[in-house]
Amino acid sequence: MHWWLPTAASTFAGPIDGLFLAILIITGIALVIVEVGLLWFSVKYRARPGRKAFYTHGSTRAEVIWTSIPAVTVVALGIVSNHYWVQIKGRDSVPPNAYGIGVHVKQFEWQITYPGPDGKLGTGDDFTLRNQLHVPVNQPIVVHLTSEDVIHSFFIPQFRIKQDAVPGLTINAWFQATKTGEYEIGCAELCGMGHYKMRARVFVHTPEEFTAWVAQQAAGGTQ
Amino acid sequence: MNGRLFSVIGGACVLAVFAASAARRPAGAEQAGATITGKVKFTGVRPTNPRIDMSEEAACKAKYPTPPTAETVVVNANGTLANVFVYVKAGLPAGAAYPAPTTPVVLDQNGCRYHPHVLGIMVGQNLEILNSDPVLHNIKAKAVKNRPFNVSQPSAGMKTMRTFAVPEVMVALECNVHGWMNAFLGVLPHPFFAVTGTDGSFSIKGLPPGTYTIEAWHEKYGAQTATVTVAGAAPKTQDFTFAAR
Amino acid sequence: MTSVAHAAPAHGGAQHAPMSFWRKYIFSTDHKIIGIQFLFVSLFFLLLGGLLAMQIRWQLGFPGQPLPGGGILPESMTSGGVILPEYYIQLVTMHGTFMVFFAIMPLLMGVYANFLIPLKIGTHDMAFPRLNMWSFWLAFTAGLIMLAGFFVPDGAARAGWTMYAPLSARPDLSGATYGQILWCISIVVLGLSSVLGSVNYITTVINHRAPGMTWFRMPLSVWALFITAILAVLALPVLQGAAIMLLFDQTIGTHFFDPIAGGQALLWQHLFWFFGHPEVYILILPAMGMVSDIIANGSRKPIFGYHSMVFAIVGIAFLGWIVWGHHMFMSGMNPTLGSTFMVSTLLISVPSAIKVFNWMGTMWRGNLRFTVPMLNAVGFVSMFTIGGLSGVFMAATPVDMHIHDTQFIVAHLHYVLFGGSLFALFAAIPYWYPKMFGRMMSEAIGKWHFWLTFVTYNLVFFPMHILGMNGEMRRLYDPTQYDFLRGLQPLRVFISIAAFALFASQLLFVFNFLWSLKRGKKAEQNPWQDNGLEWSLPSPAPHGNWDRPPNVYRGPYEFSAPEAGNADFLPQHVKLATDKEPAGSLPR
Repeated sequence: MHWWLPTAASTFAGPIDGLFLAILIITGIALVIVEVGLLWFSVKYRARPGRKAFYTHGSTRAEVIWTSIPAVTVVALGIVSNHYWVQIKGRDSVPPNAYGIGVHVKQFEWQITYPGPDGKLGTGDDFTLRNQLHVPVNQPIVVHLTSEDVIHSFFIPQFRIKQDAVPGLTINAWFQATKTGEYEIGCAELCGMGHYKMRARVFVHTPEEFTAWVAQQAAGGTQ
Repeated sequence: MNGRLFSVIGGACVLAVFAASAARRPAGAEQAGATITGKVKFTGVRPTNPRIDMSEEAACKAKYPTPPTAETVVVNANGTLANVFVYVKAGLPAGAAYPAPTTPVVLDQNGCRYHPHVLGIMVGQNLEILNSDPVLHNIKAKAVKNRPFNVSQPSAGMKTMRTFAVPEVMVALECNVHGWMNAFLGVLPHPFFAVTGTDGSFSIKGLPPGTYTIEAWHEKYGAQTATVTVAGAAPKTQDFTFAAR
Repeated sequence: MTSVAHAAPAHGGAQHAPMSFWRKYIFSTDHKIIGIQFLFVSLFFLLLGGLLAMQIRWQLGFPGQPLPGGGILPESMTSGGVILPEYYIQLVTMHGTFMVFFAIMPLLMGVYANFLIPLKIGTHDMAFPRLNMWSFWLAFTAGLIMLAGFFVPDGAARAGWTMYAPLSARPDLSGATYGQILWCISIVVLGLSSVLGSVNYITTVINHRAPGMTWFRMPLSVWALFITAILAVLALPVLQGAAIMLLFDQTIGTHFFDPIAGGQALLWQHLFWFFGHPEVYILILPAMGMVSDIIANGSRKPIFGYHSMVFAIVGIAFLGWIVWGHHMFMSGMNPTLGSTFMVSTLLISVPSAIKVFNWMGTMWRGNLRFTVPMLNAVGFVSMFTIGGLSGVFMAATPVDMHIHDTQFIVAHLHYVLFGGSLFALFAAIPYWYPKMFGRMMSEAIGKWHFWLTFVTYNLVFFPMHILGMNGEMRRLYDPTQYDFLRGLQPLRVFISIAAFALFASQLLFVFNFLWSLKRGKKAEQNPWQDNGLEWSLPSPAPHGNWDRPPNVYRGPYEFSAPEAGNADFLPQHVKLATDKEPAGSLPR
């Protein structure tokens, strides 16, 4: 049983997991204050014969304190979150040297087009595979997401990357894998009866392995 | 209306139905009648069918010693073309009716392929879709004249029945979970059709005398027609030739 | 009944010739009867939603196993009793649809806005009683139309309760035909019901308060219901419009939402969530309002920070209009909008936090009576806090990238809707039951129900956060298809078993509710020793409420006030020697 966030295998995982932990600590403190407080009050102030409640309509000072502390906390959280948001999803966030891969999503498969040995998409040596994403490690990758039919969502948990694929739009989503190995793509937007079956495998290669793989694919293809 | 008038009208209706059905009785059993046979030949360079990579569905991949190839163009050893749907397009007697057989046509999903790849069925006849794989298949029938359907069969042994109400050549079938899977179904109001097999030949039996338009349909190379006249029980031969493109 | 200053009629506030059973109980214009009608019908849909959830949990806990009793379902839904993928997505869609639109929303608004508003502000009935009757019958009809979806060819709608286009607009891609059309029609009819009801609630609160019932003497339940009605009258029409556009896409060849001919897929999301976010505040604010009344009563203390509580309700309602994009962070909309919606979303947590601290402040140094309503109300505060805090994770857009459309979201929404709204209803139903039916629900059964529900509920929904953190997506028929999810199956089994126990525990509530109608202890006039105006009437409250509306001399939360003397409560309508008659009061 795995009780925490998945293995961290991309450059996004550090900031995202860090932010998650920070929020967990902050909300955890708030949670303990409220739950322990409720329990404490329930026991301490339960009705007993002869007791009377303390008649008060409130305290402006208390209101100011418990309004401003949450307000300041969430504003700080917002500033930190936005800093990473802009880096991950901002309009200018895709690194200029990102390796482009086309991902055309349809009910119920991922059609992944590679630029081939010349490294450029849209040329004669491109090849398309079904449900297999191969990338080199430590290299920014930009996925050009398109959809054939309905909204799907490109999600690799270990990379902490998610982006909806919307018919009628081409959306660029980038990431950089940090660990070689095998991972999975899951579809994260209900897209019909086969939604649960939209699994693709992700292979993160060393740069040498990747170049060799590209050459081998370009030579003799499979459907 | 009064009772007597009702009986007279009712009786007349019943008689009329009998008369009509007598006129529409099938023109004899299929065993009698003429036969049109032939071969569908293929000329030109035999295309290479791409290999299908079933790595994502281990249970299906395991059924093949070597990866199978797509069935888009299947050229037999004797230079003929398999999976060609040959049928009578026109020429049957007006008003002739052919009851659909009660036995179903079986479409089997095995090894993440449809068996057969091209098939024919009669209007109103049951199509029994069987899943022989321990994986989810969905069968999407992209019918245009008939009601399209899209049903899933998550496990082995599941059977789904469907029928088609109107003639349609051809209804494309596909599985959206396994994008390489496809099949083609011809729905006809009569039993005069055949699919070429490993020797590229077809045989359509039981035709009453007349002049017929026969069509040969292939998923990549399109359709070709020919006119054939049959009289009595003498067999006629009609070949087709598709050229590589 | 247009103004307070008119000649008082002779009997019970309303003059009628004797009414037939049909006019009195079926086609009634009495706000209390209409509220009770909504109660029975909505409880039915709540149970139905629960049954749909049981099937979902069966499939997730025991995938590929035949559902017990599944043989009665047709071949289009199950094969040999095994739930099919196309039926599974109908289940998740219709569970959400029935729970949101036909259970929680009508239980809060249809029942309690109707029942409580005239009683708590001191008037005979709603401003437009006939319109009110229409509101119920439209909701009932909408429910039948929605239910019909399961019985038409190709089955019910199945694109999630959020109904994203173009999946929902294209029958050839979804597989749903008539069922999808019925969903749209039902929503349009239900929207009309909500709008008519809300117009009534708003008008009645503005115009029909009894003398002395100033705005800041209204109970928080009425404030919440009033503000919620404003949200409803503005938000539901947006959904109706979107549903009509979707209906046109499906039936007459328009392409509003389908790029296949110039439409925009994201347009549906903007329209839906522009409605959808205010909708979730519609689903929580009345609950918060009623919980405030119940906690003040249970603590024998005024609500802590009454004015802050009112401003918090208004703040939540206002901010609720500018956060809708937080449902769309991953949708492909401009990332700059992601930043702006993140800010507004983080800010909206502040008024909710204020409310939680004020409830705690109310209990602090109180004299706490843990009746069944109070137990459930405190349970509400406890569970809503978890739900609200889990929302902070998804408000932070980078974290949302990981948890969007996973079970983490499912956990969050169930904590606020079940842990929140439903626990509030488990408090409100027994609380106002005596005023509705003249009897008390059993305290003993109620306490068993509370504890069993509280424990099993947390066992079901807390672990879902873990599933979500692992990346388990939503609406998955079979998560074991994925290597990264297969190992979590023991947790899914645990959740399913806990869910069956949770559902079984609700049967205690159903039994208590029905049995007490005839066998409950007869209720006295003010069994909870509360201050609201409704408790000045007999149990059950009579048709027309008061002969003459009462005068109001103070706020609703004067518990343990020194002027109360030995009693620890002081109703709003009780005149003390030191009180002056309010403006507009009738001669007594």
